[in-house]
Amino acid sequence: MTDSSQPTPVVRVSGVDKQFTVGHGVTTALDGIDLEIGRGEFVSLIGPSGCGKSTLLRLIGDLTAPTAGSVEVNGKPAHAARRGREYGMVFQAPVLFEWRSVSDNVKLPLELLGMDRSERDARAREMLALVELSDFASHHPYQLSGGMQQRVAIARALALQPSILLMDEPFGALDEMTRERMNAEVLRIWQQTGTTIVFVTHSIPEAVFLSTRVAVMSARPGRITHVVDVALPQPRNDETREDPRYFRHVTEVREALRSGGALGAEPALVSEERMAAEGGIG
Amino acid sequence: MTAAAPSVGVPLPPRPGRLLRMGRTVRYYVPAIMVFIGVIVLWELAVRGFGMQAFILPAPSAIGAALVENWGAGRWPLFEAARVTLFEAVGGLLIGTTVGLIVAFGIARWATARDAVLPFAIAANAIPIIAIAPIFNAWFGITNPLSKMMIAALLVFFPIMINVTRGLTQVEPSALELMRSYAASDWEILRKLRLPNALPYFLTALKVATTLSLIGAIVGEYFGGASNVIGRVVVQSASALRFDVTWAAILLGAITGIAFYLAIVALERVLIPWHSTVRGEHPG
Amino acid sequence: MPRSPERGWLRPILTFAIFAALLFVVWEGLKFVGGDPWRTETWIWEPPLEIWFASDLLLPHVWDIVGALAAPVQRGSDESLAQFLAGAAFYTWREAAIGFLLGATIGIGLAALFVHSKLMERALVPYVIASQTIPIIALAPMIVFAFGPNVLSVVIIATYLTFFPVTIAMISGLRSPDPRALELMRSYAASRWSVFWKVRMPASLPYLFTALKISATASIVGAIVGEGPGGIPNGLGRAIINFNSQYISGPEKLWATIVACAILGIAFFTLIRIAELAALRGRGLRTEAA
Repeated sequence: MTDSSQPTPVVRVSGVDKQFTVGHGVTTALDGIDLEIGRGEFVSLIGPSGCGKSTLLRLIGDLTAPTAGSVEVNGKPAHAARRGREYGMVFQAPVLFEWRSVSDNVKLPLELLGMDRSERDARAREMLALVELSDFASHHPYQLSGGMQQRVAIARALALQPSILLMDEPFGALDEMTRERMNAEVLRIWQQTGTTIVFVTHSIPEAVFLSTRVAVMSARPGRITHVVDVALPQPRNDETREDPRYFRHVTEVREALRSGGALGAEPALVSEERMAAEGGIG
Repeated sequence: MTAAAPSVGVPLPPRPGRLLRMGRTVRYYVPAIMVFIGVIVLWELAVRGFGMQAFILPAPSAIGAALVENWGAGRWPLFEAARVTLFEAVGGLLIGTTVGLIVAFGIARWATARDAVLPFAIAANAIPIIAIAPIFNAWFGITNPLSKMMIAALLVFFPIMINVTRGLTQVEPSALELMRSYAASDWEILRKLRLPNALPYFLTALKVATTLSLIGAIVGEYFGGASNVIGRVVVQSASALRFDVTWAAILLGAITGIAFYLAIVALERVLIPWHSTVRGEHPG
Repeated sequence: MPRSPERGWLRPILTFAIFAALLFVVWEGLKFVGGDPWRTETWIWEPPLEIWFASDLLLPHVWDIVGALAAPVQRGSDESLAQFLAGAAFYTWREAAIGFLLGATIGIGLAALFVHSKLMERALVPYVIASQTIPIIALAPMIVFAFGPNVLSVVIIATYLTFFPVTIAMISGLRSPDPRALELMRSYAASRWSVFWKVRMPASLPYLFTALKISATASIVGAIVGEGPGGIPNGLGRAIINFNSQYISGPEKLWATIVACAILGIAFFTLIRIAELAALRGRGLRTEAA
């Protein structure tokens, strides 16, 4: 499953640099990134603030372009994959359109694809069943809790049956208990759909619990310093969190972060979010 | 877009029944209604009991009587006056809103135009535009209702244009990214994201614009024109010392303004029931 | 994106200059295409079209308006129109400024009352809102009759037009502090008074200035409209009425007065904007110009 030597990986990032112009200076956000992700993998990107993990995710999703190097998705350049609507994106905020009902939010990408109405209805029902929100189809986002809103966002991201799901700290705003439940839910969905997931997180336990591989990054310039293979049995559940191997992996990731110069590497001037906001939407 | 609530499985409680909500709304307004009744009663008593200067400030009952008496007859048929003034205001509102929307869509499309026009429009908003009323009377004909409409339209134009431009452009960056990740075209982004996003901004501006359109019409009337309009009735009846009629005309203008405003509020409830201005805690 | 200060100052001025130039070109262009004949000593231009509002009476030449500013305000008067209008503008501004200060004070006071008393809010806020949905200008002649044709009437009108935006904005502003900041103050057992001055007031400043900028214009409008029926001879409102009645003989004078109104409006707005920049300096939030 973790085999990166498959013939066509879902994601192939090779030799990618990313620089942002901030004021008069140039900041290097990513430096010499190589990463391959195979079909059906669950890869987490973890690192301190400013290490460029969100930027890397945006590069894969073609929401920003690399300064050097190339990003291929399913053997095509990333922009071709985006035009082919092969992505599902989940952001830290649910980004639901408040004027649409829950099921209409899920249907948004289907409308953009030009799918006909009956098919859209059926797919939206299916997706809401998958995230267990069938009873809330006609509610409006403001009537849902934060966790439920994020599940709607996941349903929307999965509606196109994307070959790759990009998740940018999707549970960062949720409390710990909700986050653990959402983690279990993501794993269930991952196994049911077999989609490839790239997941950005701050949380070591979350990364280890979810992933087949964890890419550990360091800041300034952003680099992948270690890749930790998480050899925990599937399916993972609450028992996994008590497995001694789980703790060993958590320790492994933590030490990788430390040796990567993660501590005390808080960026002095520009945060990653800021750079992403300024450079990412162009 | 909506605040994160703490837990997964707990939806907000269902909205209370319609009757219950109406009951709550009424109860919410009890103090306001008490104030209204209190003021009217005190006013009436003050005029009757203490012979307060009824000359300038007639008792509410006298104003009411003047309103009824002059409704359709006499030197100042008030209903007809209100009708003409409302016609001018509505005409101005339509013209100003249409032009405002067209300009807003135009400049929202081109970032350079927006950067250039918006500060200028904001500066123009700082100008006491009604000073141009006499010029418009000269341009469009002092007795032609169009001259009043154009004054109203000019007043209406700026808030509509500025607000709709904001609504079209100030969409959440992450929502734009979402649309980009689906490779949505500009047209799709406009239709599915920018337009619904601008709707509440538009309606907010429209609420301001209703009042402005009436102000534009009435100020235009002060500077001359047809005599049986609210603005002229106020001035003429006051100089004829018929203050009961003056107050009746003002009252009618006020009622027209409030009705106009409430019409937009009702429109809001139909068009944007999901927006925070509509689903706010109170009223109702 | 951090803006260098030079660019921050230069841009609006440049934009304004470009727009002024554009306005000039359109204005004179209309007259060139469809106005009255242009005459100099040696040369006559006959515009090919006829645009009804481009005649010299309805749309005077820009240079005629500027020229009128230098000419005497009345035949035989020592005072130029520019001097007269400057005096009138200052007079109107004084009325507006008094009304503005009163209106702002009342607005802040009412908002403070409403934030601290739910009952008062429920009893009075509907009327604050209703008072602004009515065309209050209709009241102007009545107020002048009630209080006499004097400055007081004009100030009352300006006050009335000012207080509403301030009240509404300050209700939001005084409620805007982070609830945790209020809890922190509670944990110090701070009095309502110090909570108001140390937390609510500072938090509400951006809201206050947004409203004050709207009110600045509104107070000028109120003063100008109030002066009309008020029969106060010294201000811009009366100047509009007078020059309007002399429009046929000298349209430039009315146009010049309108320009004076515009400059006064923008000047008062700019004054508040500068106060805003000074008051909110160092907060790092970029407030909008409206």
